[in-house]
Amino acid sequence: MKDKYIVSSAPHFHDKTTVKNVMWNVVIALSPALVFAVYYWGFRSLLLTLLGAVSAVVTEAAIQKMRKVPISVADGSAFLTGMLLSYNINPGAPWWMPIMGSVFAIAVGKQVFGGLGNNPVNPALLGRAFLLASWPSLMTSGWLKPKTGSLSGLNDLDAIAINLQSLSPKAYDLVTGATPLKVVQTLRDSSFVASINGNGEGINLANRIFTNITEMAALKNLFWGNIGGCIGEVSAFALLLGAAYLLYKNIIEWRIPLFYLGTVFVLTAVFGPIKGSGYSPMLPFFHIFSGGLMLGAFFMATDYTTTPLTKNGRIIFAIGCGLLTVVIRLVGGYPEGVSYSILFMNVMTPLIDKLTMPKPFGRIKK
Amino acid sequence: MQLRTFPGGVHPHDEKHFSASAQITEAPLPQKVIIHLSQHIGSPSTPVVAVGEEVLAGQLIAEASGFVSLNQHASISGKVTAVDRFMHPTGTSSLAIQITGDGLDKWVELVDEQDFINLPPAEMKARISAAGICGMGGAGFPTHVKLSPPEDKPIDTVILNGVECEPYLTSDYRLMLEKGADIVTGLKLIMKIVGAKKGIIGIEANKPDAIKLMEKLLADEPYLEVVGLKLRYPQGAEKQLIYAATKRKVPAGGLPMAVGVVVQNVGTAFAVYEAIRYRKPLVQRVISITGSPVNKPGNLLARIGTPFSELVEFCGGTKETVGKVISGGPMMGFALPSLEATMGKGSSGLVLMNEKDARMMEEHNCLRCARCVDVCPMNLIPSLIAAAVKNKNLDMAVSAGLNDCMKCGSCAYVCPAQIRLVQWIDTGKIRYAEAQRAKK
Repeated sequence: MKDKYIVSSAPHFHDKTTVKNVMWNVVIALSPALVFAVYYWGFRSLLLTLLGAVSAVVTEAAIQKMRKVPISVADGSAFLTGMLLSYNINPGAPWWMPIMGSVFAIAVGKQVFGGLGNNPVNPALLGRAFLLASWPSLMTSGWLKPKTGSLSGLNDLDAIAINLQSLSPKAYDLVTGATPLKVVQTLRDSSFVASINGNGEGINLANRIFTNITEMAALKNLFWGNIGGCIGEVSAFALLLGAAYLLYKNIIEWRIPLFYLGTVFVLTAVFGPIKGSGYSPMLPFFHIFSGGLMLGAFFMATDYTTTPLTKNGRIIFAIGCGLLTVVIRLVGGYPEGVSYSILFMNVMTPLIDKLTMPKPFGRIKK
Repeated sequence: MQLRTFPGGVHPHDEKHFSASAQITEAPLPQKVIIHLSQHIGSPSTPVVAVGEEVLAGQLIAEASGFVSLNQHASISGKVTAVDRFMHPTGTSSLAIQITGDGLDKWVELVDEQDFINLPPAEMKARISAAGICGMGGAGFPTHVKLSPPEDKPIDTVILNGVECEPYLTSDYRLMLEKGADIVTGLKLIMKIVGAKKGIIGIEANKPDAIKLMEKLLADEPYLEVVGLKLRYPQGAEKQLIYAATKRKVPAGGLPMAVGVVVQNVGTAFAVYEAIRYRKPLVQRVISITGSPVNKPGNLLARIGTPFSELVEFCGGTKETVGKVISGGPMMGFALPSLEATMGKGSSGLVLMNEKDARMMEEHNCLRCARCVDVCPMNLIPSLIAAAVKNKNLDMAVSAGLNDCMKCGSCAYVCPAQIRLVQWIDTGKIRYAEAQRAKK
């Protein structure tokens, strides 16, 4: 019998979770969305995603080498950041877009703060914000049409008006050339509505578009991702599948997505309808299935490093995200507000932590 | 039965299958024993024998050096051969008395008090104190002190701790199965001493046969109750057990008596029973020798001071390379550098781990994933305390709850970054104690 054993501090027992398996499990959970993206837009979306992921890994390794710290890319966190960043760009974007975004995300969003666990905001979202500020038109237009559907999710243009193209070329361009959220945002613009056509039919037409885009047939397209949008955000189904896996594996917790989606659901149900459109019970579903909300709520707002530590803190965080998303979507200048709202709440996290410090068991309130 | 529990905690594999079905067997008489003078919380005992002196099993060899201290007795008959520093059950080195046995196992005279149940409480307490009993769950708080609450803190409930939430360990479980009636008698004696009206035995749900047996034993006792507890670590921690069983919260920094409760381990209750009925000092206890490398894992009734190496030998030695030896359970036990250490009054188990299980993983950056926060049974933010200690900011560590932490290890158990949270917090506790001493 050997008589020198390992001496270390208790506990001598550990569960199987490691940083590595957390990160790679998130990558696994994100993969169904990629399968859908390849189905809709071809291998171009896979290529862009890989470019983003690989350049994130290379950037991290290079900077860690310069910093003379151990190279930790095997833990998967850089790969995950690159993947998430790519998921946030247009499948029709030029090949260098994900590379630019990933390099910025890793270098400025993560490594300057000391790497994993020290970044104040979600690096992938920071990368996206950087791309959006630098190449706004490439990021917000030129969407690729999914192989099987239309950009806005509307299948039957005749349902809005027979021969819409000649009736109102402007409205026709809108419903064939924009993503669902962009259509809805544009319809909130009264000067646009007034300009739809000269016969005073503008409001009528706008309401018909609005109702059609938020009804069941269009929602089905939103759910499967048969619409225009970023690589990884379109298919709510694929993202929910991945989210279910993460919840089952106990890697993300339910509070943030539930309260985030719930806040958006309630607020859009109340404030979502446009003038004269009447109340549509489907409208809140339209909002939670559209844009980057599913991706944001399950995969970005649940990022460990940039969210509060306590359960109550996470609820406040999620409600804040939901509130800001709705404000940006309904009042702001962007059709979509998920990334900015999460970034904003990331910055609020230290404050939320401070305000939600738990009271130790048995300690009497002073 | 409605299972009760506490907030937080983790759910490790219980690994009790190694030794759960092994009946308690008496370990062979050791050739030498080492009785440590500090097996308990409080001041070390003072030796009352000299080297060369002949002693009987059960004879007092060191006496309590104050109220919060403990008597120590020879656990075998033989000759005192050294009073020196030896390896402590926790792996450190401290002062102890070595006895070399004569192999005869001659005992001091024991009694068998017929009407022991009606002895006056003061006499009962005196017998416990004389027998040198301390908490046998691991912490080792002298039992006679725990049973002497101040006048203004009346005790209404006694809880026996049969939770045994540490993975691997089965000594309390076997004792409950095999000495259940005596444990119940011990509980009644303790209730008499403190004047409590209610007695509770808390047992975790992974020991259904022990729960059933105790329920049967308590069927005709209106004031005694078995409480089934959910499988959750650290269910057996004093404050968590009290909360689960009675919904009372022990104030931070306070003792259970503040909420009218005394908690005793089931092993302690058995020792109390033997001390009061037979005037038998605490010289032997049940210890689990377990883990995957052990050939025949078992629950041994062994003499205090027996070297661990002899106990492992008696269990058939090892069948694979041992990576780590843990005195106590894997969550809060102490890793020993060698098997040379001897068992003490608080030794509930010795867990051997193979090299694969013992492998140390590299520490990474904190991800802020808050798993430690979710599981902390004391509702602390362990990562914050550890970071404060790391940055030498003791004030921040204290305000974040450094002194509320009981080092249960749940946080380090779940940490995906493998941060040695308990080690950092322990470092903080030591630095804090040093700073307090320096102030005086």
